[in-house]
Amino acid sequence: MTTLLDVKGLVKSYSGVHAVRDVSFAVRPGEILALIGPNGAGKSTCFNMLNGQIRPDAGSIKLAGEEVVGLPPRTVWRRGVGRTFQITATFSSMTVRENVQVALLSFHRRLWSLFGYAGKSYLDEANELLTLVGMQEQAERPCGELAYGDLKRLELAVALANQPRLLLMDEPTAGMAPKERVELMRLTAGIARRKDIGVLFTEHDMDVVFEHADEVMVLNRGQLVARGTPQQVRSDPHVQAIYLGDGLLYDAKHRKETVQ
Amino acid sequence: MELILVQALSGLASAASLFLVASGLSIIFGVTRIVNFAHGAFYMLGAYVAFTLTDRFSGALGFWGGLVAASLIVALLGALMEMVLLRRIYHAPELFQLLATFGVTLMVQDIVVLIWGADDLMGPRAPGFTGAFSLFGRLVPTYDLLLIVLGPAVLGALWLLFHRTRWGVLVRAATQDRDMVACLGVNQKWLFTSVFALGVFLAALGGALQIPRTTVTHYMDLSIIVEVFVVVVIGGLGSVTGAFIAAVLVSELNALGILVLPKISLIAVFLVMAVVLVVRPYGLLGKAERGVRASAGISFRPWKPMSQWERIGAAVLVASAALLPLFAGNYLLSVGSEILVFVLFAASLHFMMTVGGLASFGHAAFFGLGAYGAAFAVKFLGAPMEVALLVGPLFGLIGAVVSGWFCVRLSGVYFAMLTLAFAQIIWSIAFQWVEVTGGDNGILGIWPSAWASSPRGFFWLTLGVSVVGVALLRMLVFSPYGFGLRATRDNTLRSDAIGIDRKSVQWAALLVAGTFAGVAGALFAFLKGSVFPESLAIPISVDGLVMVLLGGIETVSGAVVGAIVYKALAIWLMSQTDLSKLVLGAIIVLLVVAAPKGIVGFIEDWRHRRPPAPNGTGPEAAGKSGTVGIAKMEAAE
Repeated sequence: MTTLLDVKGLVKSYSGVHAVRDVSFAVRPGEILALIGPNGAGKSTCFNMLNGQIRPDAGSIKLAGEEVVGLPPRTVWRRGVGRTFQITATFSSMTVRENVQVALLSFHRRLWSLFGYAGKSYLDEANELLTLVGMQEQAERPCGELAYGDLKRLELAVALANQPRLLLMDEPTAGMAPKERVELMRLTAGIARRKDIGVLFTEHDMDVVFEHADEVMVLNRGQLVARGTPQQVRSDPHVQAIYLGDGLLYDAKHRKETVQ
Repeated sequence: MELILVQALSGLASAASLFLVASGLSIIFGVTRIVNFAHGAFYMLGAYVAFTLTDRFSGALGFWGGLVAASLIVALLGALMEMVLLRRIYHAPELFQLLATFGVTLMVQDIVVLIWGADDLMGPRAPGFTGAFSLFGRLVPTYDLLLIVLGPAVLGALWLLFHRTRWGVLVRAATQDRDMVACLGVNQKWLFTSVFALGVFLAALGGALQIPRTTVTHYMDLSIIVEVFVVVVIGGLGSVTGAFIAAVLVSELNALGILVLPKISLIAVFLVMAVVLVVRPYGLLGKAERGVRASAGISFRPWKPMSQWERIGAAVLVASAALLPLFAGNYLLSVGSEILVFVLFAASLHFMMTVGGLASFGHAAFFGLGAYGAAFAVKFLGAPMEVALLVGPLFGLIGAVVSGWFCVRLSGVYFAMLTLAFAQIIWSIAFQWVEVTGGDNGILGIWPSAWASSPRGFFWLTLGVSVVGVALLRMLVFSPYGFGLRATRDNTLRSDAIGIDRKSVQWAALLVAGTFAGVAGALFAFLKGSVFPESLAIPISVDGLVMVLLGGIETVSGAVVGAIVYKALAIWLMSQTDLSKLVLGAIIVLLVVAAPKGIVGFIEDWRHRRPPAPNGTGPEAAGKSGTVGIAKMEAAE
């Protein structure tokens, strides 16, 4: 099996606080991998190191065999890593479609063109991406007036504009209604499987995690303490102790849903 | 050696007043997030009122009582301004707040002349400190010694105030997170007002303390405000101790710079500021801005290219302007040319500010470089107008390359202040390098070619160049590059995550703006037939800012309308009344309060007025939440 992302010995500390300590893992193409853990476990730090926003103190991050440590986010993006943010980051003065068009213009290296109306560029590709995430009907709306769930879907479309090999999603469903959460993750999973994109996401909603992740990694105090299938991780007593609690909550809810 | 020591003492004495004014500005910014341009005006008022109380009504309060009473009176005026004006605009973009306080500055300038006259005033000496003592055979005024002691004393008093009183703790808390403080049940209104009053008191005291040292003039406000900006930027906005260190540093650089490098003494301070900002972008003791609004240019009605009808309308307007020379007299045509020059200048600044989100306080640098470039081409190369009109923009471009390299490392208020510093450096060179620039006497005899020498011909020339320039800038807005630039303005995090190199894209925006401003400057040189350092000075930069904000920063080409209205109004007022600044300032203040989106933004709002969106989040509500969202996001990252 090929490896898409190979992380080895990642270390980061902030003035004495060890945020991430010797984290190693791998992601395969088409695999959906969840990274969970208590607040302050180092999830966001890990994420920000993966896309180049933070430089690790030590360790290597190889994307399809090539080292990406030390590259700025924009270069990591060019290597095929799409990313969504915990708090949505979009261009609020533009329409929904224009948001995607900017990403497409950048992907096709046309951002230094000084002439021509950019609003007409890559229309088909932009519409296709918007259809993919179910936003085609809102294409003309100003991005600034979208509901939060729609912003999350727009972010997904933008993150897919560079035909990524790897998608990093930092709490993709935070702040969304329960129904929207399931829909967004189902959508993401479908796209990932179809296009063979590896997905790494952090999440606090265990419904989302256990429904959609192929495998789950647990981070605690900057160290990976477990990795396995959702079932394995859920029944791991150590993981229950540090993060999940006794798991009754999920089981109860889950049972109810399967009955329905 | 003795001379250096004496100069150093004199520098320390100057630092006292500078520190008082700067700490006031810093405290106000820390809590209210308003960069108070009117701070220089309060400094000046402090000096004038103190002059009246000590000189005209001497005896009633005594000299020292007069100084304190004057500062208190001015602080009351400041509190009044905060309550009447600033309270209405705390939620406006920070550039509007700056514009409003600038409007107040303009008004105060005329009011001061109205009350105290235009002549410089000599205040009384401080009783008990009238003499001087001898140091190595040189005389040092004893009053200077008093000031040297006073600076650290005020610093200590402020420290006690902020660390040992309940009010001080609240102010420090509000500096960290004013929303949280409001949530804790603190009456924010009065906290803001009292902070503002304290800041103004310090400024006025700084001014009052100057009267035994220097004459009181009605232009001391602009000179101090630039120095104060430099001080708070070097020290770090919001840091009182930083302001003290920077005030000493700047004053010493001024005092000793004259000994070492008399030719470029003015530059030294700004060079130090540029170096500090590059090494420590938030000043010596400043912290990174948290939770700041992303930029002034956030627009929630997406921009669209002109429709067919709008194109026709624009063409008709241009055509009718082109017909103007057929029935307008020479005076009107030269006024028209001047307005057109400023239309192009404002449009270039508008491109930077609204499309790029890069607010510049020093856009005059490129305008003046363009003017001097054209003048050099004529004077030293004997070039004809056609060539000189190309050399000018080239100068603007080169200036933008150099300043942009430094400036794009910063953002927000710090970016704006660094552009101001750069403009002042260029101004100092033009002012002090007499052999080349003619210094204060300028360069004369820059006349257009024969075909454009009549007012009519020159009007057509400026009309053609300005229309093409504005059209090109507008095309750029909608080009792929323009989209990328707007992306960096809207959200740097996202633009970086989709492969956009923010620094290069913004640097390029500066090059574009600098070049077009250079074109405007070159035209201006030929319009006036001469070039003076004034073309590089702060008032030109501020004119540009006012034009852009007047037109509307959320619009694509509002600056065109803003420039026409402002320049026409300014020229007309100048011919009608001696109090043009008072009227202009009042108009600016009224506009900021009544139409914060500018003239064009106001018209667009009126045109787009429509029922709220079905889900109850109209553009207005979405706008607010969008801004907050961005602010929170930047804070989080």
